[in-house]
Amino acid sequence: MSTSAIIMMLVAMIVLWGGLAVAIWNINRFRGEEPGSVQRDF
Amino acid sequence: MSSAVEHTEENRGAFSSRKVFILAAIGSAVGLGNIWRFPYVAYENGGGAFLIPYLIALLTAGLPFLLLDYGLGHRYRGSAPLAFRRADRRAEGLGWWQVGICFVIAVYYAAVIAWAARYAFFSFDKAWGDDPEGFLFGTYLQAGDPGIGLDFVSGVTIPLVLVWVAVLAIMALGVQKGIGAASVVFIPVLFIAFIALVVVALTLDGASAGLDALFTPDWSALGETSVWIAAYGQIFFSLSVGFGIMITYSSYVGRRSDMTGSGLVVGFANSGFELLAGIGVFAALGFMATAAGVPVDEVATDGLGLAFIAFPAIISEAPAGALIGVLFFGSLVVAGVTSLVSVIEVVISAVRDKFEMSRIGASMAVGVPAALISITLLGTTTGVYVLDIIDHFINRFGILVVAVASMLALSWLFRKTGLLREHLNRDGSVQIGRWWEWLIGILAPAALTFILVNEFIDNIREPYEGYPTWMLNTLGWGLALAVLVLGFLAARLPWRDNTFLGDPEIKARQDERSS
Repeated sequence: MSTSAIIMMLVAMIVLWGGLAVAIWNINRFRGEEPGSVQRDF
Repeated sequence: MSSAVEHTEENRGAFSSRKVFILAAIGSAVGLGNIWRFPYVAYENGGGAFLIPYLIALLTAGLPFLLLDYGLGHRYRGSAPLAFRRADRRAEGLGWWQVGICFVIAVYYAAVIAWAARYAFFSFDKAWGDDPEGFLFGTYLQAGDPGIGLDFVSGVTIPLVLVWVAVLAIMALGVQKGIGAASVVFIPVLFIAFIALVVVALTLDGASAGLDALFTPDWSALGETSVWIAAYGQIFFSLSVGFGIMITYSSYVGRRSDMTGSGLVVGFANSGFELLAGIGVFAALGFMATAAGVPVDEVATDGLGLAFIAFPAIISEAPAGALIGVLFFGSLVVAGVTSLVSVIEVVISAVRDKFEMSRIGASMAVGVPAALISITLLGTTTGVYVLDIIDHFINRFGILVVAVASMLALSWLFRKTGLLREHLNRDGSVQIGRWWEWLIGILAPAALTFILVNEFIDNIREPYEGYPTWMLNTLGWGLALAVLVLGFLAARLPWRDNTFLGDPEIKARQDERSS
């Protein structure tokens, strides 16, 4: 692989997979409120 | 909460947690397009340089539009028609238009899943031999001349029936026990299977040539309008936004959930999977090109050609080909089923809300006709042409048009974006500013309108794929128009007397204060 291709692949991985990791970290940090009871689905 | 709202919400089901909702939303967003569309779109539009317009499109249109759907469904707590109706009584037709589009998509989407399921088994003995293309159209699909026929192909019909039985079973089980439970199992399985596929593909000779072709940046592409159109189109079609799915799913989440944080996870998971798919697909294509002694551009392709012609050729040549086949086609099936479930849920949820039907009753009332139409139209020797035309037109002149119309209507006619922004910010871990309203009201619809106009001109100038005019006029233009007309006609049907049509959030707050 060319150097430019390797760099762009790494940049894509860092941005997209890193973005996902940060997003998951964020929602775990900020849990919010879960539903109090399971709703029936008649 | 008033008895009316409480009754409605309790009866329509919900996800048991935010995690289940996120997995279901990822399951909807990650579909066949992530695997067979993104890699080629990126390759064709600047390679590594495509990352820049792609990211800009994700941040300026994809995520904002996803949050609009989340805001609408979460605030108004209903299926697409009910959510639009509660937002403004004149808006209900937009929701039914989306419902009609989802019904049409479900009809043909199931067929591709059935083909992929069959091909997973073909992988064991490489049934396509030396001619995957001839096998696909001749031996397997037995494709005749374009038209609408009733010559059923058992190899297609039987797996298609099984796909519908499985999907209807999931739908009948309900939001949590069906959709939620399936997502909790299928999404981790999908990611693990695809990661395994990528690992195997990376060990093949020539994999680096494929990755080189995919990631080598062509910076001059950034100056081309078509590349930016491709980026916005890919993000839009990939995220399952604009046709009711995310509205429906977000109505099943707890009232005080963090929707902006969830949206970021879904958006980046979807794009992260596309990157994974790009690596896996182009590593395999690199192997194919190296084995044939040709450049990667001679083997690079997308869609049905990638899945059912290129990959079979790779499976035939590669060591552990059967394993690659099972992982690849298995991933297509799992990604397809979780997306199909979300598409058909838009219709079921709308029918339940409007007619106050039971979960099983609505699942059968929607699913059985959809399955019968699907099997009749797609299980035959002409099914591949029907699929191709409907897919082409309903994506462009169905989804794109309703997406633009709903964004513009919510922004400028009904003026709801400010309210929805406040709602999303109330419990959101990520705060969104006024800029979000500008993106939703101006930039995103402008980008999609540009794509739409280009597509319209192209399709008027040159009939799609040279199909007979009557087929394009009925299955293409006609069907896209029919869902619009039928949608607004459906909005004229009255709601049941005890269906709450006000703003559930205001009602809930009043009840909290009075209790």
